[in-house]
Amino acid sequence: MSVLIYAENTGGKFKKSVFEAVSYARAIADQNNTSLTAVSIGNVDATELALLSKYGVDKVLNVSGDKLKEFVNQAYASVIAEAAKKEGSAVVVLSNTFSGRGLAPRIGVKLEAGVADGAVALPEQTGGSFKVKKTAFSGKAFATVELTSAIKVIALVPNSYKVVETGGTAQVEDFSVETKASDFKAMIKEIVRSTDKVSLPDAEIVVSGGRGLKGPENWGMIEELAELLGAATACSKPVSDAGWRPHSEHVGQTGIAVSPNLYIAVGISGAIQHLAGVSSSKVIVVINKDPEAPFFKVADYGIVGDAFEVLPKLIAAVKEYKASA
Amino acid sequence: MKILVCISNVPDTTTKITFTDNNTQFNTNGVQFILNPYDEIALARAIELTDGGKGTVTVINVGEANTEATIRKALAIGATDAIRINAKPHDAWYVAYQIAQYVKSNPFDLILTGRESIDYNGSKVAGMLGELLDLPSVSIIKKLDAADTEATVEREIEGGKEVLTIPYPFVAGTAEGVAEPKIPNMRGIMSARTKPLTVVEPVEVKTFSEIISYETPAPRGQVKLIPADDTAKLVELLHTEARVI
Repeated sequence: MSVLIYAENTGGKFKKSVFEAVSYARAIADQNNTSLTAVSIGNVDATELALLSKYGVDKVLNVSGDKLKEFVNQAYASVIAEAAKKEGSAVVVLSNTFSGRGLAPRIGVKLEAGVADGAVALPEQTGGSFKVKKTAFSGKAFATVELTSAIKVIALVPNSYKVVETGGTAQVEDFSVETKASDFKAMIKEIVRSTDKVSLPDAEIVVSGGRGLKGPENWGMIEELAELLGAATACSKPVSDAGWRPHSEHVGQTGIAVSPNLYIAVGISGAIQHLAGVSSSKVIVVINKDPEAPFFKVADYGIVGDAFEVLPKLIAAVKEYKASA
Repeated sequence: MKILVCISNVPDTTTKITFTDNNTQFNTNGVQFILNPYDEIALARAIELTDGGKGTVTVINVGEANTEATIRKALAIGATDAIRINAKPHDAWYVAYQIAQYVKSNPFDLILTGRESIDYNGSKVAGMLGELLDLPSVSIIKKLDAADTEATVEREIEGGKEVLTIPYPFVAGTAEGVAEPKIPNMRGIMSARTKPLTVVEPVEVKTFSEIISYETPAPRGQVKLIPADDTAKLVELLHTEARVI
């Protein structure tokens, strides 16, 4: 057996969430005294591929070529499943990203494998059983799932496992798979990626605004604070429903669940649906003028005050800290 | 166009989640169940796309008799007919397998699911259905425009979006932006009572996952309040105590 990690690239580069998944997969390989193989699909250069060995990959299967340059869900799933068969992998690890969530179920079916999506901790392996802790009820709880199939597929939530540098070198092998035409029915017409903004799902710091900001014209303060901290911007449901911010920024039970190191909520009261989406944040800061706002009950740090007074001061304080650091 | 919308019956979004039997069972006592919010979006878009006699919308649910109120709600919103596969939805694989079996003998042009259910959040049914039926699948779409032989969808990616064209038939998981959920009107509610709801028995299938136990997130300590005029103190604490900046 072996462990296989799918190293997803973004424009030819690996993000931190990939190295987290590699470290996680390395730990599973160690639990089972086996080796770790990474599969990379698309055009990733040798320098970038070599980075994978830093986190414990023993071998890299490099799948390149124009046909597979951009993500095609069906074709990528076929390639990863073939890589798993070639390596005799008993565990396949992916990042729980938008693409990873499209791949995991297809790979699961191809390999007749149980799938644990939204995994937040290493599997517990005792007496032949294999249990994984995952998010459930949109962040309101966790469930421990036992996978009873011979092969297991796990999708790891970004920011839930620490990157561990192990050093070492990995051999890079070109790997090609016969793909079928029916795998390429979905055609990509356009990819739009804003390069100047931090992406929300895997952000380490998130600055989020609610109705307390009174209107979209006041988001300059949220954006300024986010930029200073290298953070992603987010919002509550009423804000995206009102069209002040795009739906892709909506954090909460029916939006996106985040697990950053730091979540700063400004002018958000903390409805149960919003709290569900942020409960796995490591540290929560709440700024709200209502001392009774429910958000304060789940916050680590709080400031009771008006956003329009507190935010400019906080921006100034962060600037001062940045200047002195 | 024939559209299939897969729906699930989930706890209302305001539900406080608790467990019983030594944290092995979800406590449904006093919990109100609703049509999964993401499935409502799929249903609304399906109705828009078939409006004015341009097609039919079938909803399908894998569930026991207690999900019929939710199925009737979907019919009241505007679905043409409904199928209930009479079984407990063991996991995503079980649900996808049952639906795939049904679709194999009753084909559709477009199969929609919500991007995920708000209880187990797996977002797996769309992809598994795609694989089981050898159809393209696209997870988490924000826009869906239908032409005669293909649809154009917008998919969410980290920090951006991707636009794809996909020929029918295919499977897609819908998120916010695809459509505004519809509220049933009185006529819809009245007609829902007489719309066909067919109960189908499940097929046997082996499953690969079992929920062993649940837990709720560890409670946080008391909030540390900082005076509104001392933001420098907050920055200092985030740096020295919380070590997050």
